[in-house]
Amino acid sequence: MSSSEIPGDLKFLKSHEWARVEDNGLIRVGISNHAQEQLGDLVYVELPEIGASVQAGTGAATVESVKAASDIYSPVSGEVVEVNEILGDKPETINEDAYGEGWLFVVKASDRAELDELLNADDYAELIEHEDD
Amino acid sequence: MTEKTVLNATHRELGARMVDFGGWDMPISYGSQLEEHHVVRRDAGMFDVSHMTVVDLHGAKVRDFLRHLLANSVDKLKVQGKALYTCMLNEQGGVIDDLIVYFLGDEFFRLVVNAATRAKDLAWIEQQAQAFGVAVQERPDFAMVAVQGPNARAKVIGLLHEVDRARIEKLRRFAAAAAQGPHGVPLFIARTGYTGEDGFEILVPQDQAVTLWKELAAVGVAPCGLGARDTLRLEAGMNLYGQDMDENVTPWEAGLAWTIALDEGRDFIGRKALEQQKAAGVPRVLIGLVLDDKGVLRHGQKVLTDRGEGEILSGGFAPTLNKSVAFARVPADATVELRVDIRGREVPVRQVKFPFVRDGKPCEGI
Repeated sequence: MSSSEIPGDLKFLKSHEWARVEDNGLIRVGISNHAQEQLGDLVYVELPEIGASVQAGTGAATVESVKAASDIYSPVSGEVVEVNEILGDKPETINEDAYGEGWLFVVKASDRAELDELLNADDYAELIEHEDD
Repeated sequence: MTEKTVLNATHRELGARMVDFGGWDMPISYGSQLEEHHVVRRDAGMFDVSHMTVVDLHGAKVRDFLRHLLANSVDKLKVQGKALYTCMLNEQGGVIDDLIVYFLGDEFFRLVVNAATRAKDLAWIEQQAQAFGVAVQERPDFAMVAVQGPNARAKVIGLLHEVDRARIEKLRRFAAAAAQGPHGVPLFIARTGYTGEDGFEILVPQDQAVTLWKELAAVGVAPCGLGARDTLRLEAGMNLYGQDMDENVTPWEAGLAWTIALDEGRDFIGRKALEQQKAAGVPRVLIGLVLDDKGVLRHGQKVLTDRGEGEILSGGFAPTLNKSVAFARVPADATVELRVDIRGREVPVRQVKFPFVRDGKPCEGI
């Protein structure tokens, strides 16, 4: 995949989660297109409860594909204020649109400085290109 | 070193996601694994299973040899071409491998055994064959393509030489015959499979395998990876060696009692141990489970019962059912109140009979 296919406004964890700062300051979280390709068809998504507190770099959700279950880390610490209910019935939305309709949850960040720790789109593109070697 | 089948480059051209599968570089899927699963349930798909090991056995006493080697009885094979599914046991009654044996002549039988167990199987078979003067010949010159699905047979038959079509059309389940494929290529066609659908498993000379694959693709047989093969065989209630049974598990404990023939006076390897275990009481049994709740049962998860712990053997998402099913090994006297530990969450599961799916449809009670 070339970096041009990764939306430039996203920031990434090395473990393939993305974070997008919304206009209202909230952080929307999902997994990368590369991650959904690696996982294969998703069949079940376990989302956090609204109001749950999450820690940067620790498990906040689980996605299960036909192949395996994977923990999804939150890129930032804070409180979960919204989850993507569509995924309950249509987990394949992640396969179809990982950077858009396939988002997982929204966090009200408690420490916005954590965003600076994340990879930008170019660095992430380089990481996954290297991974494919 | 990773081994490659003769179709390896073809898989890569098709954009397959390749994985290491028992030492072989094999396609897990070409695109969506779920779509590959459904195409086999609804139409026709093909799998490269050339990594499987074909072993020919020749000798005047070959039938006596197989009476001794195998836990099912080759005496059930009376018509040339007929096949039988069986376990090959050690003296303790543990399963060395499961395999299909074909009766091809009074002095000629063929075995198809698993890829991951190839070396130990060959060593065991050769060791046991000596006393019977049976020649053991591996056939790496064959590639193998499984064509499976409700339309699989018709699509294969359409590619055969006209003189062979009526005969292969009449081929019964679990029987095999030779036929001429496209461009006169000699095929060994068995009406067997590992998906719960009708279809054929075809042995083809290696140098003709790519041609056969492309001819099949041209008549609308979809390439399918080993990922779909695994969900298909699980739905069909078929065991996977290494996951559902191994050398420390007897067929009684693996849901394979139906493959054991305790026929009068036949002294097969492992028989004494099997009879002893049956007399003493089989401590663990293999059962089928369905998870009605959301989530996926996976290999290695703990099963909690009123008689102690069991474990999930083969488990996964069943695309035809849109929920998860599994095999589990549990204490024999466990009641039906069962729960599975999924990442620390105890989830109730339902014990059911398997197969879970047969001929494209969910079985009753699933």
